[in-house]
Amino acid sequence: MKRSWWKGLVVPAALIVAAEIAMRLSNTTSMSLAAPSDILAALLRALFDGSMLVATRDTLASAGAGLLLGGLLGLLLGMIFGLIPIVNRLMEVTVEAIRPIPSVAVLPIAMLVFGFGYSMEIAIVAFSCLWPVMILTRAAMAGIEPRLIEVARALRLSTTQRIAKIVLPAALPRIMVAVRLAAAIALVVAVTVEIAANPLGLGYGILVAQQGLQPDLMLAYLVWIGVVGWSLNATLAFAEKRLFGRAAQVEAAGA
Amino acid sequence: MNTSNDAAIVFDRVSLAYGGRPIISDLSLDVGRGEIVCIIGPSGCGKTTALRMAGGLVRPLDGTVRVLGEPLTEPRRDVAIVFQDYGKALLPWRTAAANVSLALEAAGTPRSERPERIRTLLAKVGLASHEDKYPTEMSGGMQQRIQIARCLAQDPAVLLMDEPFGALDAMTRQGLQDEMLSIVAETGATVFFVTHDLEEAVYLGDRVIGLLPNPGRIGIDLKVDLPRPRDQLETREMPEFLRLRRTLFDFIEKAEA
Ligand SMILES: Nc1ncnc2c1ncn2[C@@H]1O[C@H](COP(=O)(O)OP(=O)(O)OP(=O)(O)O)[C@@H](O)[C@H]1O
Ligand SMILES: [Mg+2]
Repeated sequence: MKRSWWKGLVVPAALIVAAEIAMRLSNTTSMSLAAPSDILAALLRALFDGSMLVATRDTLASAGAGLLLGGLLGLLLGMIFGLIPIVNRLMEVTVEAIRPIPSVAVLPIAMLVFGFGYSMEIAIVAFSCLWPVMILTRAAMAGIEPRLIEVARALRLSTTQRIAKIVLPAALPRIMVAVRLAAAIALVVAVTVEIAANPLGLGYGILVAQQGLQPDLMLAYLVWIGVVGWSLNATLAFAEKRLFGRAAQVEAAGA
Repeated sequence: MNTSNDAAIVFDRVSLAYGGRPIISDLSLDVGRGEIVCIIGPSGCGKTTALRMAGGLVRPLDGTVRVLGEPLTEPRRDVAIVFQDYGKALLPWRTAAANVSLALEAAGTPRSERPERIRTLLAKVGLASHEDKYPTEMSGGMQQRIQIARCLAQDPAVLLMDEPFGALDAMTRQGLQDEMLSIVAETGATVFFVTHDLEEAVYLGDRVIGLLPNPGRIGIDLKVDLPRPRDQLETREMPEFLRLRRTLFDFIEKAEA
C-alpha cells in the first residue's frame, strides 16, 4: 500500500505529457483546449493577481452557508421524521414530491425571490443539501440499536438527554457521511448556479474566461475547482477522523 | 392469589398478546422484597416478555403489574434492567466509566460526585483498573460487568435480569453468579432472574418459577431451601440441589414435549 502510492499517478502524468506534446506539435489554436503548461501558467497568474482567490472565497462562502443551512434543516427534519413514525407517514408523499425537483429547476424562482447575489445561491445550495442530509439522517435514526433506546427509556432520560447522549452519538458516523456527500453537492450546485445565473465565484469565472476566449484560463478554473473539491473532502475526512474517531471506528467494526 | 402490597413485584392477572396471539395469559405472581426469583421455561414461553412488563417497557393488555406497591405504567429508575445482549446495551462510544456515568447523569447526580461513585461501582464489579477502556476492548464478561455496574448506579430496589450470563463461558458465569449474589446480599435488592440454565436457577434462587408456553403461564413454583451463602462446589453437590434440579428437568422436558 505505502510503497506504491505513486503508481496511481503514472497514467494522469502520462496523459498530461501526451496532451502537452500533442498541443505543441499540432500547434492548434482552439477555443476549448489549451496545453497543460499554458493552463498552469494561467492558473498561477489568476492565483497571484487574487482574482481566483476572491472567486474561491465567494463560491466557498455560498456553498458553506448553503450547506450549513440545508444541512441543519435536513438534520432536524431527518431526526423528526426518523424518530416520530406518524410524522414520517404524514409527510412521505410531500417529501417524495419535492425531493426529485432538480435544484437548478428552482433557480428561476430563487431569482425572483432573492434576485442575484449570495442569498439566491445560498438558498439553492441549501435546497439541494437538505434532501440527502434529511434522507440519510432519517435512515440513521432507523439504524440506531433499539436496545439503546430501551436503555434510555429504562434510565428515564429526558428527551434532550436522549437526543444528546444516545441518538446523535449513535447516528453520528452516518450523519458524517451525509455531511460529506452534501458538501460535494454544495460545491457542484454553487458552481452550477454561478455558471447559469449568478455573477459570482468560480462558476462565473469559468463563464467569463470562456466568453473571453481564454481556454487556458477556463481550464485553469476547472482544474482549480477540482483542487478545491478534493481539499474540501480531505478536510472533512480529516476532521471526521479527529473529532469522531471513536464513533467512526465503532461503526466500521459493527458494519 | 395474594397480592399483598408488601411484595416488590406483583403480576395481578396479567395478559398480553402480540398481533392477536396470546403470549402471556392470566399470570399472577408475587415476588417478595429481597427475594431472588428465577424464571425458567422453554424458549418462546414469554420469560422475556414477563420481565419487560416488570420493567415497564411493555404494558399488559389486561391486569396490572405493581412494583413496590405502585401500579407500573412506565420504567422506574429504581428498577434496573440487565439485558442479555450487553454488546448492544452499552454505548460503544463511551468508556466503561462513562457508560456507568450515564445512569448517574440520568438521575441528576451532581457532576462532582460522579467520579467517586463510578470508581466505587466499577471496583464492586471487579473492573477497578478498566475505567478508561471502551466496551469493544473488553471481554464479554467484562462488558456484562459494566452493564451491571450501570444498573447498580441506579441504586435499584429491583433488578431485572434477562439471561445475563447466558452468553458467557462456564467459569466467567460462575464468577459473576457469586458476585451478583454478594452484591444483592449487600444491597437487599429484589431480583427477577430469567435463565435457560436450570442449575443456575436453583443455585441463585430463593424460588424457581417455571413457565409453560402457548400462552405463557405458571407451571411450577418451587421453593429453594438451600443455605446461603451458596458455594459453587458444595451447594451444587447437596441432595436438595440435585432433587430440585431433577424436578425442574422433568418439568422442562414435559413443557417442551
Ligand atoms: N415484539 C414482539 N412482537 C411479536 N411477537 C413477539 C414480540 N416479542 C415477543 N414475541 C413473541 O412472544 C413469545 C414470547 O417471547 P419471549 O421473548 O418472551 O420468549 P422467551 O421465553 O424469553 O424465549 P427465549 O427463551 O427464547 O428468550 C414468542 O413467541 C415471541 O415470538
Ligand atoms: Mg428471552
